[in-house]
Amino acid sequence: MKIVVCIKQVPDTNEVRLDPITGTLIRQGVPSIINPDDKSGLEAALTLKDKHGAHVTVLTMGPPQADLALREALAMGADEAILLTDKAFAGADTWATSLTLAKALEKIEYDLIITGRQAIDGDTAQVGPEIAEHLKLPHVSYAKDIQKEEDSLVIKRMFEEGYHLISVKMPCLITALSEMNSPRYMNVGGVFDAYRKKEVKIISIADLNINKDEIGLKGSPTKVKKSYTKGAKTAGKLYKDLDEKEAAKKIVEKLQEKFII
Amino acid sequence: MNFNITNEQILLQQLYREFTEREVQPIAAEVDEEERFPIETVEKMQKYGMMGIQFPKKYGGAGGDNASYIMLVEEVSKACGTTGVVLSAHASLCAAPIYEFGTEEQKQKYLVPLARGEKLGAFGLTEPNAGTDAAGQQTKAVLNGDHYILNGSKIFITNASYADIFIVMAMTDKSAGTKGISAFIVEKGFEGFSIGKKELKLGIRGSATCELIFNNVKVPKENLLGKEGKGFSIAMKTLDGGRIGIAAQALGIAQGAIDETVKYVKERKQFGKSISKFQNTQFMLADMQTNADAARLLVYRAAFNKDNGLPYSYEAAMAKLFASEAAMKITTQAVQLHGGYGYTREYPVERMMRDAKITEIYEGTSEVQRMVISAHML
Repeated sequence: MKIVVCIKQVPDTNEVRLDPITGTLIRQGVPSIINPDDKSGLEAALTLKDKHGAHVTVLTMGPPQADLALREALAMGADEAILLTDKAFAGADTWATSLTLAKALEKIEYDLIITGRQAIDGDTAQVGPEIAEHLKLPHVSYAKDIQKEEDSLVIKRMFEEGYHLISVKMPCLITALSEMNSPRYMNVGGVFDAYRKKEVKIISIADLNINKDEIGLKGSPTKVKKSYTKGAKTAGKLYKDLDEKEAAKKIVEKLQEKFII
Repeated sequence: MNFNITNEQILLQQLYREFTEREVQPIAAEVDEEERFPIETVEKMQKYGMMGIQFPKKYGGAGGDNASYIMLVEEVSKACGTTGVVLSAHASLCAAPIYEFGTEEQKQKYLVPLARGEKLGAFGLTEPNAGTDAAGQQTKAVLNGDHYILNGSKIFITNASYADIFIVMAMTDKSAGTKGISAFIVEKGFEGFSIGKKELKLGIRGSATCELIFNNVKVPKENLLGKEGKGFSIAMKTLDGGRIGIAAQALGIAQGAIDETVKYVKERKQFGKSISKFQNTQFMLADMQTNADAARLLVYRAAFNKDNGLPYSYEAAMAKLFASEAAMKITTQAVQLHGGYGYTREYPVERMMRDAKITEIYEGTSEVQRMVISAHML
């Protein structure tokens, strides 16, 4: 089985701080990580490899620094890594990103494509399904479990109140939830191999059958009008050991105190 | 000149940090409190190729260098000094001398399982009457046909009750002084070899420090490490390498205490503001981090020299001297900045302060390091 896992390098949002004066994100010194949903997707692919045997390729689109995320994936056990990098790809929205990735995927053999559900820096959850549409593949999103049955996969697809079990024939695309598993650590020897034995293949626009105007900022129909940070919220107050009437009275009291009602 | 770590090491540090945060830190207080050997951590380190980082792949290692190995000692020691010394005693004091002085057969038989982490290693030099004066060995080895017969005892042996393979120093020729000491590879199961009393210690309380007892232990002749009479020189060279490991452990403990303190001073409020706003706190933290960074440069230099085939005895002694004394000072300052809370076991800094003390003592006291350093100068 040939599996391609699409990953994204993102700033670790747990480490991101806000500039108290300008209110903008301080990116300096913030470590970059593999997006958690994507990392779980990679773990799912490596688990399938352990169980059934598979060739796992990781693919990312990003700046040259995204090499580190690919090396990490290689050190975890991926067999091959591809970096899509070109100034022409910059500023892409989900449409342009998914189109670029799809064009690259046309050049790679696969039975299964796994992406994360969404990235913690964008939270759109669109790129995975869009890749499937570009490639005219069936896709199942929000996967919490993947089981292989001959040439099909049985996916546990989560929704608000439960899950569906969906059987899908390969080739197909799955979007993974970080709740699916707990990704393995890299292996020390794997880190050495990632730099000494394995390679990160670079793909630029010249390697793809694509027009410059279809991708990057130019090919992005979505325009960000304004970005703003969420207002800081103080911790709520908890009143315990009150019966319903007392609790209601207390709430009304507090709301009046603050001139909310 | 270049002070940057490599991309490979950046990725390794990321791995070590994740591993420490998720596997080492959560049990550190318990390991100390219960004086429990962190066996589960050793098993996990084995799984991720961390028990033989600096040894070639053909001997079961990860094929890395010493710098990559001591960075792991540093990272795990940030959370748990015990884990740091368990790893250092195994890799630097047991596996390393077999790699450096062993025959091909000894490497295949002992280094491979040690480097793979399937077997745990220990090192026995110290005796009740032979501490800093290591030449005063009383454990004897007498050649009898195909075997040496070992009699005597060793004390303060890290990993003792969990180790499978031991490097043991014994006198083969009392009249020859230090030139009469030989090194042996001893297996856990050898008849007459037993583990004695476990020490109750101030710090690194999980490291299973015990006595080794040799009662007519038959050690096959082929388990002599190096040549007869070369044991003292093997021990001293081994300790040169071991000191880089202990220096890294001290550095880790120091940095761990600083990281805890930075977190604490931002949260703790007195006189209506966070104590990080007081200049005394700021200046103390600046001094602590400057000392830790100076220690780090010395430790990395010693590892760099070892990796590049340069002399490192002086550099290792200096790294160990400075890092251990810095660790003691920094952890004491960390407790001071934590105030009364720092003295309680609710916060890890009191444990770090207790753990730091041993780094000024074992694998050569600070006084021994000063002897080594000045001997290079005079």
